[in-house]
Amino acid sequence: MSDPVVWNPQPRRPAWGVRTPRRKTLATRAPILRAPPPARVTIPLVSGAGISAQPVVVAGQSVRCGEPVATPTAAGYPCIHASIAGRVTDIGLYPVAGGSGPVPCIVIERSDGETVWDGYPAWPDSSLLPAAEIRRQISAAGIVGLGGALFPTAAKLDSAGQTPLLLLNGAECEAYISCDDMLLRERAERVVAGGRILSAAVGAELCVIAIKTDMPEARRALLDAIDAAADPRMVISTVTAKYPAGGERQLIELVFGREVPAGGRPADIGIICQNVGTAAAVADFFLDGRPLISRVITVTGSSIARPCNIEARIGTSVADLVQLAGGYTGTPERLIMGGPMMGIALADDELPISAATNCVIAATVEELGEASAELPCIRCGLCVEACPAALMPQELLTAVRDENTARLESLGISECIECGACDYSCPSHIPLTAQFRTGKRLLANAQLSRREASIARTRFEARNRRLADENRAQPENPVDADALQTLLARTRRRDPEQSD
Amino acid sequence: MRFATAQPPQWPSPSGVPGMMRIVILALLPAILVSAWFYGPGVFFNIIVAVIAALGTEAIALRLRQKPVAATLGDGSALVAALLFAFSLPPLCPWWVTASGTVFAIGLVKHAYGGLGYNLFNPAMAGYVLVLVSFPDLMTGWPAPDIGDIDYQRPGFGATLQYCLTGRFPDALTLDAIARATTLDRVREGLGAMRTMDEIRMNPVFGDFGGAGWEWINNFVAMGGGALLLLGIIRWHIPAGVLGGLLGMASFVWLLDPEISPSPGFHLFSGGAMLGAFFIATDPVSSPTTARGRLIYGAGIGILTYVIRTWGSYADGIAFAVLLMNMTVPLIERWTRPRIYGRSA
Repeated sequence: MSDPVVWNPQPRRPAWGVRTPRRKTLATRAPILRAPPPARVTIPLVSGAGISAQPVVVAGQSVRCGEPVATPTAAGYPCIHASIAGRVTDIGLYPVAGGSGPVPCIVIERSDGETVWDGYPAWPDSSLLPAAEIRRQISAAGIVGLGGALFPTAAKLDSAGQTPLLLLNGAECEAYISCDDMLLRERAERVVAGGRILSAAVGAELCVIAIKTDMPEARRALLDAIDAAADPRMVISTVTAKYPAGGERQLIELVFGREVPAGGRPADIGIICQNVGTAAAVADFFLDGRPLISRVITVTGSSIARPCNIEARIGTSVADLVQLAGGYTGTPERLIMGGPMMGIALADDELPISAATNCVIAATVEELGEASAELPCIRCGLCVEACPAALMPQELLTAVRDENTARLESLGISECIECGACDYSCPSHIPLTAQFRTGKRLLANAQLSRREASIARTRFEARNRRLADENRAQPENPVDADALQTLLARTRRRDPEQSD
Repeated sequence: MRFATAQPPQWPSPSGVPGMMRIVILALLPAILVSAWFYGPGVFFNIIVAVIAALGTEAIALRLRQKPVAATLGDGSALVAALLFAFSLPPLCPWWVTASGTVFAIGLVKHAYGGLGYNLFNPAMAGYVLVLVSFPDLMTGWPAPDIGDIDYQRPGFGATLQYCLTGRFPDALTLDAIARATTLDRVREGLGAMRTMDEIRMNPVFGDFGGAGWEWINNFVAMGGGALLLLGIIRWHIPAGVLGGLLGMASFVWLLDPEISPSPGFHLFSGGAMLGAFFIATDPVSSPTTARGRLIYGAGIGILTYVIRTWGSYADGIAFAVLLMNMTVPLIERWTRPRIYGRSA
């Protein structure tokens, strides 16, 4: 039973979470399709916490595929590379999915014949590199978290420092999405190689690759790859296929039986978590010198003619991806970027994909289910059971509606990961997650005004002190001793009359 | 191409309140039929009166509160409350008893507190307690169950209907002549008269565990409850708490002195134990939402039911126990809030 490459063979079954239809096999029948370079890419320059890279090309300039087009403005942030060979036609603001407004992008139009920039050396034996150098290289490679957060991998590694445990997240728990599953089936050896490089970067003694029980092909491929690598640090762990088991904090709980402290990061308990796609991108860079210019995306849904996984260049438009998957069939009513639970409904298919885009779903409303009218909460407690953060959504809901920020804070709204499991479980069809986003904004505003009030108070008190000090040093109305005596004498004279 | 947008999650919940209510009604149906088998058509008359009164009151209350009438009536919650209330009533019951309890349950207990989801108390049990204390004489209308070896007079369809509509039986029959003490009543009276359990149980109204007939109704209620558990409409915590609390108390006292204490099995299969455990205490609105809270709440109901049955002045205690525990729900919920992920206790 005790297989040395299977870590924690019987992981805890989560009490939380919801079971949704899976609908993953739609897109796993065909191998990953390598997309030819599209006619045009719009590459966003923003990653992580809204920090943009600085363009190093000008409009009109020709670039080769893989050439750096923007350099980072903060340590650990990624370099951005041309994902196709062509001519830069514009550098400007373009709308992207999920953003609150347009962001800086570089637009490249394809030229005939793909020329490849080969300015990066390959490091066939990267294990000889010191950890700091690996992180610097990862930043140069333009690698960001491919799990959806877009957080720069090098910055994450830098801030984590040394962690004994590396967790590679391949447990994609949302329905429809199969890009990590397909990546593991086809390129498990790259994921394992990337895991070894990332382990070296943080000094990890154990690298656990987490997948779900419903990924037998990926499991076989991974076990073979680990066998071939013969690295005792590499192990796999299989968790229950329940949503949201693939959430970073939830996966850590299931695999290691530990919780990330509230307000903290996994590094606080000696764990760093990376997506399996990120690990493969790291391996691609160190083994082939290829920076991050593409990723695997699931294009699926009942309104897609040939659902499949596509390895697409970053900046490709959603419409181009859909074309590659055979175009729309029937009448697609909803276009979702991401999974059905946490994904964003796009208004327009001209938007470009970023490194964070893992899935595009074109669905009919019938397939997703018609939303029913909202009813009052009947306190059934199904949301309490579903919440992976052990919150009480029905209590949070009243706190949001009452705009009671103190209560929102004590009930733990900041621990809400917005997974939508409560919405999915709610028989009254209350849009809980949307309410909690409002609640988080309310709390943030309250905290901001509290901070501002505290600054204003400090300033006011400082001013009072300053005035008092000035008064002491230089009294404005020096007391006239004579005038005081006259006043006192007048008062005394009047006293007898009053006592009469 | 342009598309309509919506906030995530894009996937609406597959479950719904009306569907849950429908399942509850279906799960109760077999027990209602068995009850009618033993006790006659009065069971149906009660249900008809309660359902009409409940839907009427709900419609008027919604109208007064300026809420959509048709949509809310369709949620099925008033129907479930009416069914549970009617099922608790004696099979021989004048219509005004049923109607006043229902109007009180739906109009005051439910809608005066804000309607679906906001009532502090279980409407069916509040209605039951109201009629129990208001019409104590009329709440004794339990004929002996229709079981072969129990010899006595049963009112027919016409007589039952006439009693339901007018409060009188034809041919100078009186309620006193027809009504028989329930098994819980007999145990109370018998023990009060210093008889032992063995002597009390000689009477043919006793079955294997509880009352003859009654234990079968309780069996079917328990089966319906099992179906609710399997279908995920209710969780096991509250029924386990209620039955565990009742069983624990009954076993403890019975072991102390089995001569004068009804057996634990008798407690579980008599009166409203099963109905209370599976259908009434599990009303989501008036019960806690946490797993630990539900266990505590259920155990409280079980223990209080035993206490009221044994040392109180009413034969069955489910309704009072449920209402008393309803009052503790906010407190229980406060105490049993789960530890938030990543936060210390």
